[in-house]
Amino acid sequence: MERFSLDAAHLLAGGMVLVSFMMLYQNRILGLLNVFAAHAVVLSLSVAWQAYVQAAPHLFVTAAIALLLKAITIPVALHHMVLRLGVHRDIETVGGIGPTMLMGMGLVALSMVVMLPAAAEADPIAREDLALALSVILLGLLMMVTRQNAISQIVGFMSLENGLVLAATGARGMPLVVEISVAFSVLVAFIVIGVFLFRIRERFDTIDTQALDDFREGRE
Amino acid sequence: MGLILAILVQGIQMVLVLALAPGLVGFTRKVKARLLRRQGPSILQPYRDLLRLVRKEAVLADNASWLFRNAPYLIFATTWVAAALVPTFATGLHFSWAADLIAITALLGSARFFLALAGMDIGTAFGGIGSSREMLFSTLAEPAMIMIVFTVALVAGSTQLSTVAAFMVDHSTLRVSLGLALIGLIIVALTENARVPVDNPATHLELTMVHEAMVLEYSGRHLAVIELASALKLLLYISLIACIFAPWGMARQDDGLIGMAIGAVTWIGKLAVGGFLMVLFETAIAKMRVFRVPEFVGGALMLGLLGTLLLFVSRSF
Amino acid sequence: MPIAAALLSVAGLAGVAVVAPILVARRAAWATSIVYGASFVLAAVLLVCGLSALLGGSAYQGAVHLPIGLPWIGAHFVLDPLSAAFLVIVDFGAMIASFYAIGYGAHEEEPGRVLPFYPAFLAGMNLVVLSADAFGFLVAWEFMSLSSWALVMAHHHDAENRRAGYVYLLMASFGTLMLLLAFGLMAGPDGDYVFSTIRTAAHVPWLSGLVLVLMLLGAGSKAGLVPLHVWLPLAHPAAPSHVSALMSGVMTKVAVYAFIRVVFDLVGEPAWWWAVTVLTLGAGSAVLGVLHAVLQRDLKRLLAYSTVENVGIVFIGLGLGLAFKTNDMAGAAALAVTASIFHAFNHSLFKSLLFFGAGNVLTGSGERDIEKLGGLVHRMPETAYLFLGGCLAISALPPLNGFVSEWLILQAILLSPDLPQWALRFLVPASGAMLALAAALAAACFVRAFGITFLSRPRSPAAETAHEASRWQIRAMYALMALCLVAGVFPGPFLDALSPVSQLLVGGAMPKQPILPHFSIIPISESRSSYSGFLVFFFILMASWAAIRVIHNFASRAVRRAPPWDCGFPDPSPATQYTADSFAQPIRRVFGPIAFRAKIDQTMPLPGDMAPARLTLSLRDLVWEFIYAPLEGAVLYAAERLNVLQFLTIRSYLSLVFAALVLLLVLVATWA
Repeated sequence: MERFSLDAAHLLAGGMVLVSFMMLYQNRILGLLNVFAAHAVVLSLSVAWQAYVQAAPHLFVTAAIALLLKAITIPVALHHMVLRLGVHRDIETVGGIGPTMLMGMGLVALSMVVMLPAAAEADPIAREDLALALSVILLGLLMMVTRQNAISQIVGFMSLENGLVLAATGARGMPLVVEISVAFSVLVAFIVIGVFLFRIRERFDTIDTQALDDFREGRE
Repeated sequence: MGLILAILVQGIQMVLVLALAPGLVGFTRKVKARLLRRQGPSILQPYRDLLRLVRKEAVLADNASWLFRNAPYLIFATTWVAAALVPTFATGLHFSWAADLIAITALLGSARFFLALAGMDIGTAFGGIGSSREMLFSTLAEPAMIMIVFTVALVAGSTQLSTVAAFMVDHSTLRVSLGLALIGLIIVALTENARVPVDNPATHLELTMVHEAMVLEYSGRHLAVIELASALKLLLYISLIACIFAPWGMARQDDGLIGMAIGAVTWIGKLAVGGFLMVLFETAIAKMRVFRVPEFVGGALMLGLLGTLLLFVSRSF
Repeated sequence: MPIAAALLSVAGLAGVAVVAPILVARRAAWATSIVYGASFVLAAVLLVCGLSALLGGSAYQGAVHLPIGLPWIGAHFVLDPLSAAFLVIVDFGAMIASFYAIGYGAHEEEPGRVLPFYPAFLAGMNLVVLSADAFGFLVAWEFMSLSSWALVMAHHHDAENRRAGYVYLLMASFGTLMLLLAFGLMAGPDGDYVFSTIRTAAHVPWLSGLVLVLMLLGAGSKAGLVPLHVWLPLAHPAAPSHVSALMSGVMTKVAVYAFIRVVFDLVGEPAWWWAVTVLTLGAGSAVLGVLHAVLQRDLKRLLAYSTVENVGIVFIGLGLGLAFKTNDMAGAAALAVTASIFHAFNHSLFKSLLFFGAGNVLTGSGERDIEKLGGLVHRMPETAYLFLGGCLAISALPPLNGFVSEWLILQAILLSPDLPQWALRFLVPASGAMLALAAALAAACFVRAFGITFLSRPRSPAAETAHEASRWQIRAMYALMALCLVAGVFPGPFLDALSPVSQLLVGGAMPKQPILPHFSIIPISESRSSYSGFLVFFFILMASWAAIRVIHNFASRAVRRAPPWDCGFPDPSPATQYTADSFAQPIRRVFGPIAFRAKIDQTMPLPGDMAPARLTLSLRDLVWEFIYAPLEGAVLYAAERLNVLQFLTIRSYLSLVFAALVLLLVLVATWA
């Protein structure tokens, strides 16, 4: 049983890494939103499994928050927003999908190198979960860096946050309050960015963040 | 006595894969038609097609070479040998030690090599387009397959399929790396069998086609043999996935006739389930642009590499 | 004593080289047959020597010390398992190439520029493998380089060949310089240049590391490792085809021999970062080499780039061997090293076969550009058949030999999760993926090479009127093809023959390969993996035979010839076929942006505009741009600055000489 619970935890965390890669692979915004929803679903499954294994009921709350907020509310809202804004549906990537995926591989390897020897004495759930969570975080960052479109940058940011939650639940000890406050801060950030998006769009007719740069002062 | 029996069982496997392959194709076509709310032809239709094609005279282009005439048989033979080496209803068959999973992959590579050459023999634009694209996909699908083999082999400690299957039955565990390998293998299988997101087996005369473009100039018995080979390949891949990831019910080396029978029945069940799932996926998804395919197959390569890397850093993944 | 016979044969080769000009002056047609015939016989004797030393055990091995060369060293020669194995590789290739050349040489326009250097080249390669002291080794190495340079310059009327010769000469001198420094470091302050004393001397670890780097630069540049490969695709194709075969198939192996001899045998215990360096270079060469090969239009240059790929594969195996050796995993190291030498042998077979095929195409049609060929399968059926065999073997397809050695390397990779170093744990699977990628790309490359050259419709009058090559050429190719098949179907004896070599290099050997059951090979243990090329071959034969028999007997065997169907729109112009460039376009599009920074600019005129549409493609050779171009700039800059020295007065020259002399004396005074 011990072995099985460990393997299941790894499988779910590995599933999150996989879904992160699927997000890097997507070249359509609506597809990306669907995959992001799947990311949150896997996260909530993973958290729920940890709650069950660790017999920690408050983690079920975290799982529920992840499911309701990140898997349903935010994707639906973003979906709505994309349609409202009439955003260009293709995602422009910096440097193509293939190289981005390769870079992602490198990041996963890096997080393995960093986490596995560092936490060699820690218990195996935490150790390998942490390594996978760090990969999710780094992949989220990579996504934010390589995408030009504001919406996919938001998605990258939120997948990064999913990685943080994964790391926290694996580490056995994040209080519920922290989790809830993190969740709400993300929500607030989301609303702010949403409002912001509408504003940029009004101003510049695009949400390509590259365009913002062009209007910066002091630039020719 | 034991040797004769072993060779006999091996022979049964070879005949069985050959006999069931067109049936599997017929089954998938039928299911697909039903999912699209059509009646669809009978499951036996591919057998009838093959029989009819075999009896017809073969029409060869004026400038077809010896390679064009012999390639179908070589394609068929290499595919058949590969299919005969994948454990289907029983593990530990007598000749299963002749080739491991890497060799099976390479055998399929030989078949593809001849097919691509045959596509170029007449010197038509369609043949060239098919061969060129087939080789492009294979440049990613083959390493992906090798990396998946690595993942599986590192978990099971062997590249021999019989040993892998036995290991998976005895130590059935959930593994991150195996999950990655399974998804990668499914992508490779879809690519290699020219199924929907990559290629459309039902179209002709479309600029995006790959497999059909290469065999455009074939007719009669040559075409029949090639069609049979591609049916065998589909059967091979479904059996392969079943053998690695769902090896339950397969007969062991020393099981008697009853074990073999149970193995055969479960195998046919697995084929049906596999075919059904594949068709379900196909009907739910649209075909990709050709230059999106390398990214799709590259995904499989990446999954295989990721699985292998995880196993290299920690055996518990 | 095989070694005495070997040395006598080498002397014989040198003698043939000396008399060749006289023969050519007398009567060129005879000279060709005599020189190549003599080379064939002498190479055969050397091959027998190598085989007897490899298979016969220590009774047939030995060392010789001759009082020639530097007086305080003399000349040492040795025939141990390693040199015997490479003697076999060298002389089998040399023997078949000489046989082939008896036919091919008849097409040579200026035999006087080829015949004297050819036996000299053979002698040089043999001497490198046989010599056992640094001085003899370097002299032989330089002899080999210069004679092959002369062969590259045989067709010097072509400006491209002259450039190739120039680049080759530069790189060869650079390589020899690096080897010189490497041996200097190994010999240490005492200056003992005999291999046996170098082997037993104590080596300082960081100096050994420096030796590895120098060997990678020196031997690696001769072998064609990226980024030192730039001369190879220029020089190998420029020589006559049988020499191209020798340079690609055999001379690169001599370089591999030099690397193995120094790094595994002479310089002491390896460190783990050596493996990292060698693996990285090997994997990079494998993929970049084949990516270049896929895009080539010149058949011989394509083959030369594919040599870069195969050398990369050999070095992947050697890197694995080093990794296992530092961690005292003798069995795994033996597997990796054996696989790698076996691949070197296999490559010498199929690369010679392919270059001979290219030579036949060249003599038959006068063309090397595959865009102008096509349909040769009808005009040159036997060459086509044999070239196809070479393509199958080099693409690592069972049941031929290329597959066996790559399979063994993959098996060695599967043993490496036990390595303790983190860097290796990441690098090894990555190089496994690169190896698989290279193999798959090689298949695409050779489908293209064979399909465009031999299949489809002729693209030029030259291809339409091509004719089959002479019997000598075809028979030489049959011998190679047969050996490719034998080495693929019965690899066991070949691996057994290499076990003394791995014993010498890493102190372990692969398990003895069983004959029963079914000639299968077992790299580690039966439960891990096994492969029987014989059974696979037998099954393929039986299955295709059965299919043909059943269909022909019980169904139909009628054939009707008709115009091609081509979806109902056949176009009689051969220009509508897929060309070599169009075949490679998808691959270029997928891999080009990463490997070559490929950029495509399309300008489509607006409707109504009569301007032509344009498509410009730019590929950048990053190796050249980032390594050689800056170097070239620096050299030019220095040359500009030093140019003034050319216009000084005699007095200033004298004072320069005087100053240099005084400076040296001061140096000596302060040093000692």
